[in-house]
Amino acid sequence: MSAAAKSPSIERHTIAVLVDNEAGVLARVIGLFAGRGYNIESLTVAEVDHAAHTSRITIVTSGTPEVIEQIEAQLGRLVPVHRVVNWTTAKPGIEREMALVKVSGTGERRVEALRLADAFRARVIDTTHASFVFEITGNPDKIDAFIDLMRPLGLADVSRTGVAAISRGPEPM
Amino acid sequence: MDRTGTAVEGVARAGAVEMSGAQMVIRALKDQGVKHIFGYPGGAVLPIYDALFADDEIVHVLCRHEQGATHAAEGYARSTGKPGVVLVTSGPGATNAVTGLTDALMDSIPLVVLTGQVATHLIGNDAFQECDTVGITRPCTKHNWLVKDVNALAHTIHEAFQIATTGRPGPVVVDIPKDVQFKKGGYVGPASIRHRTYRPKTDPELGQVVKAIDLMANAKRPVFYTGGGIVNSGPEASALLRELVKLAGFPITSTLMGLGAYPASDPQWLGMLGMHGTYEANKAMHDCDVMICLGARFDDRVTGRIDAFAPEAKKIHLDIDASQINKNVRVDVAIVADAGKTLKEMLHFWKTQKRKVDAAALAAWWKQIEQWRGKNSLAFKNSDKLIKPQHAIDRLYALTKGRDVYITTEVGQHQMWAAQRFKFEEPNRWMTSGGLGTMGYGLPAALGVQMAHPGSLVIDIAGEASVQMTMQEMSTAVQYELPIKIFILNNQYMGMVRQWQQLLHGGRYSHSYSEALPDFVKLAEAFGAVGLRAESPRELDAKIMEMIEVKKPVLFDVRVDPKENCYPMIPSGAAHDEMILSDAEEESAQVSEEGKMLV
Repeated sequence: MSAAAKSPSIERHTIAVLVDNEAGVLARVIGLFAGRGYNIESLTVAEVDHAAHTSRITIVTSGTPEVIEQIEAQLGRLVPVHRVVNWTTAKPGIEREMALVKVSGTGERRVEALRLADAFRARVIDTTHASFVFEITGNPDKIDAFIDLMRPLGLADVSRTGVAAISRGPEPM
Repeated sequence: MDRTGTAVEGVARAGAVEMSGAQMVIRALKDQGVKHIFGYPGGAVLPIYDALFADDEIVHVLCRHEQGATHAAEGYARSTGKPGVVLVTSGPGATNAVTGLTDALMDSIPLVVLTGQVATHLIGNDAFQECDTVGITRPCTKHNWLVKDVNALAHTIHEAFQIATTGRPGPVVVDIPKDVQFKKGGYVGPASIRHRTYRPKTDPELGQVVKAIDLMANAKRPVFYTGGGIVNSGPEASALLRELVKLAGFPITSTLMGLGAYPASDPQWLGMLGMHGTYEANKAMHDCDVMICLGARFDDRVTGRIDAFAPEAKKIHLDIDASQINKNVRVDVAIVADAGKTLKEMLHFWKTQKRKVDAAALAAWWKQIEQWRGKNSLAFKNSDKLIKPQHAIDRLYALTKGRDVYITTEVGQHQMWAAQRFKFEEPNRWMTSGGLGTMGYGLPAALGVQMAHPGSLVIDIAGEASVQMTMQEMSTAVQYELPIKIFILNNQYMGMVRQWQQLLHGGRYSHSYSEALPDFVKLAEAFGAVGLRAESPRELDAKIMEMIEVKKPVLFDVRVDPKENCYPMIPSGAAHDEMILSDAEEESAQVSEEGKMLV
């Protein structure tokens, strides 16, 4: 037994899964996580190649290194899975998430919200005299920080897409 | 993206022969070489049963419950190396098959289960006998399909056989709505299959093989630990294993699922390992310096307390399923490949590189092992008044030795005694529910084995509690004249539950005693089978001979000592070197609080 086997360190990993776009494939992936007690922090999914009939699922998960290794292996075992890549360990990856953030309020708080949004390069996509809806894109930490700042300024609603990820450099997945 | 509602799509292919979906099912089974199927009809599979009626090649075995059909198919598969095929209806037909599917998944048994489904336009409407079969069976199959287009049906069935039987084998489900069975479409043959994503890896990386034999050649205290993967790989893998073990001169032990891959009569054989394994097997596992795990998965029944498992060993792990590597135990050399192919390469490199073992160290290791063997951990105190269950199995073994025997079991004490004491010389002769531990497995499994091997002696070593769970299948045995022998070690208790209650729950035998048991002799007669009973050791041999000789299904009620416990035993949460060998030791055994939490 290595010392690592006892290590309780929890790590956050972003895993991309290229799957055949067939009926029930998302249920297989989610069922695997639920059935084996793995965490899902976020999950995004969409068809990425209509002609090739493939979809890409990006999962942000957390666990010990042993659990992460199991997650990758278990995903690889599913029949409709083409590839599994861990952007946290296998290749340097870039992560982006988009959020729509609604802030309600008037007066100085409204002005402050707009000023902060500008600093975060968030765009205003809906405005009333008493509210803004901001669109913000970035890595999940940046979005967390923005939402925290909006909280005292009248944060009313948040919708996040979950993480999309891709590798740096010229190589595909 | 989850294109629910379209399911499997197909296109009519050029050159395809037109026929109904139901006819396609039968044609596809024949093209896959299927001779026997186990099933139960119902509304949603009537068109397929109609096509079966018109066919005179495939033999359909009508079981009495869909669970029985799945276990029969498992027994058939395990004893032949071919996939077991099941045909059941929608709704309850499918849900009753779930236990067999899960059992087959845990033990890597290839099953192709065809389920009827309500017509496509009714799906989702809570129609009569509708259930979400693919949803329910998703976690208990290797893969499953709902076929909504008749032009995809033949292709899907061929794909189902491919997935069930290759890589790590397992059960698959093809769910076929009734309208698809009626519709006409184009049939394509098995040659059409090339799966878009499924590419099981079966060839070993040679660098890893060399690393493995390096470890073996330098080992001072080696042990082979083999499992069901050897059996699944086919008879050649067992032959190669024997050659490698002989060549190296190392001791070998095996899991419950791996029994028979190495002959139990051989002096290098240490017996089964694990919770009820022999003293020498578990001590060798604990003290070894190189462990060669071939086709086994470090199951909790094998490892005992995981942080005390083989603390000094370098571990080699061969498995066809990459997800088994480093799952429970971190290993030093991992090989993801087929067992037979890997053994071939191991032998090749061992011979061509002229590897030698450390003979002096190995001799000392064997000396140590002989000392452990001297404990005679399977010994028991026999009686001339009560039939001891161990004695019953010993006599069954002695009186059937040399015959063409297949053994199935139920789950519990009798299963462990059978695994410990019945000596298997060949693979595919031992059918038992290992991973799931399904009481009620053995009787229907025996049916499947007997169907595949009509002239052989097929015995279910059973307990009186387990066997009642699928007793209805005696009716199937009588109908098809399958002379299976149900050898019931009747102790009136759920013996293993009682043993655990004695060890862990202060002897409070909560609901583990069967107050009312059927008269098994009369029950056998009611089914049209033969009933036998033995109550004293004196009559045992003659009754066993009678059971063997009679050409009909037999229920043999062997009344055994109700209080006998199964030893040796590693209590849950304990390590390999903390075995309990007898009742006397059990009284003083301390089970940790953590251990009590474990199953």
